[in-house]
Amino acid sequence: MMQDSIQKFTFLALGFFAVLSGLMVVFTKNPVHSVLYLVLTFFAITGEYILLNAQFIAIVNVIVYAGAIMVLFLFVIMLLNLNKETEPHKNPYLKFAAVITSGLLLLVIVGSLKAADKAIATPYPNTGDIMQSLAKVLFTQFLVPFEVSAVLFLAAMVGAVMLGKKEIK
Amino acid sequence: MMSFLLYKALLVIIIFVISLVMAMYSTYGERKVAAFMQDRLGPNRAGPIGILQPLADGVKMFMKEEIIPNVSNKFLFVLGPSVAMFTSCITGAVIPWGTSLHIGNTYYPLQVTDINIGILYIMAVTSIGVYGIMIGGWASNNKYSLMGALRASSQMISYEIAMGLAIIALVMHTGTLSLGKIAAMQTSWHWNVIYQPLGFLIFLICAFAETNRTPFDLPESDSELIGGYHTEYSSMKLGFYLFAEYINMFISSAVISTIYFGGYHMPFVGHIASGNFLAILGVIFLFAKIIFFIFFFMWVRWTLPRFRYDQLMNLGWKVLIPLSIFNIGLTGFLMWATGRIH
Repeated sequence: MMQDSIQKFTFLALGFFAVLSGLMVVFTKNPVHSVLYLVLTFFAITGEYILLNAQFIAIVNVIVYAGAIMVLFLFVIMLLNLNKETEPHKNPYLKFAAVITSGLLLLVIVGSLKAADKAIATPYPNTGDIMQSLAKVLFTQFLVPFEVSAVLFLAAMVGAVMLGKKEIK
Repeated sequence: MMSFLLYKALLVIIIFVISLVMAMYSTYGERKVAAFMQDRLGPNRAGPIGILQPLADGVKMFMKEEIIPNVSNKFLFVLGPSVAMFTSCITGAVIPWGTSLHIGNTYYPLQVTDINIGILYIMAVTSIGVYGIMIGGWASNNKYSLMGALRASSQMISYEIAMGLAIIALVMHTGTLSLGKIAAMQTSWHWNVIYQPLGFLIFLICAFAETNRTPFDLPESDSELIGGYHTEYSSMKLGFYLFAEYINMFISSAVISTIYFGGYHMPFVGHIASGNFLAILGVIFLFAKIIFFIFFFMWVRWTLPRFRYDQLMNLGWKVLIPLSIFNIGLTGFLMWATGRIH
């Protein structure tokens, strides 16, 4: 029972931490700090995955998002050396449009959450090898979506290489 | 429950202390090996044959004046070496240092935690290790530091891919991601290096690149970048960066020994020993292998010159990645040919 409540408390604390650092990503002025807060958000979400007994997703989240994508973000920001002087001045109408669209998105998310069942995330039952059961589902039941997303990634990679080339022969 | 916690805490502390002591004496070992290769004597003043030299170095590092550049971001400047040190210390948790000790009626495995994604955990820690260097390099507000940090991060990202692909071939062979199981299955001479020679070679090269050791030490190449990402650092913060490199070297040697060189196994030992004695012998064998690989790291450092940056990138992207993909295909073909998969 005690273990249960500790788990619940940790889950809530991590969720709070994720939202807080997510907000800091937006509100902090320095772009490098923003990226580092985003990394913190990813770590908090990784903690949530571990509590839900999804270690594979947790660790892949760290490797891919925190370890690779955010490093590249940091890379670009450091090279561009963004600061206040170089910040572009946006059209006020554009800001207005952004507020409306994000407000609409918020409305959709709140609406769908309200309509959904009050499904509280429950940990995956800890039976047998989690990796094996995940692989089994991925390569039988969800084989087609899995392969399609692989093709999508390949297309994105080819596209990136094409864009990266200085001149196309 | 209490005794379980106590035993785990004790194990964590022992592994932590051993990592630090190994790293300390690696600095001494490095200078001795360098001296041997260059026909010098090396440190020999502090204590007999210079055995107290690491302590003297440590005291020197602590006593030096601490300078934080005025224009740098102070918090991130301190965070950089902390992250570097933290990430190099946490990998030891998943490495099986031995089988298990049988005391009373309980077995005490010599591994802090055998999570079922052990190898991926190591990959994850390696990939966040780059933050220590990047944050430190950027917060220094010095162009040489920034150049060093950018070089380090691009190098580590590039070699991580080949490393991951080499591990995929290994996982295909072993059928598990848990380091405990991988070590346990390599009984007597069935070491993975025999089944995965190409994968081992790729992994070894990538380990050199990930630890920023020569010939891949471009992030701190003093002839081009003064000191690279730690140019602005002084006192123990510099010490932490250098120390983290030695801990990383120790941990990568431990990982290589565990996943490719049989971990705590040694051929024919099962005939002469059993029980707790065998477990302790296993730990000794593992450390012998680790020390050999640490020596190998040093041997290479004092033998090979540094790569040029474009050569480094070409090696990573145009040689190692295709080679490791070929290795995956080859492993799959051999497994199919020997009837292990259908």
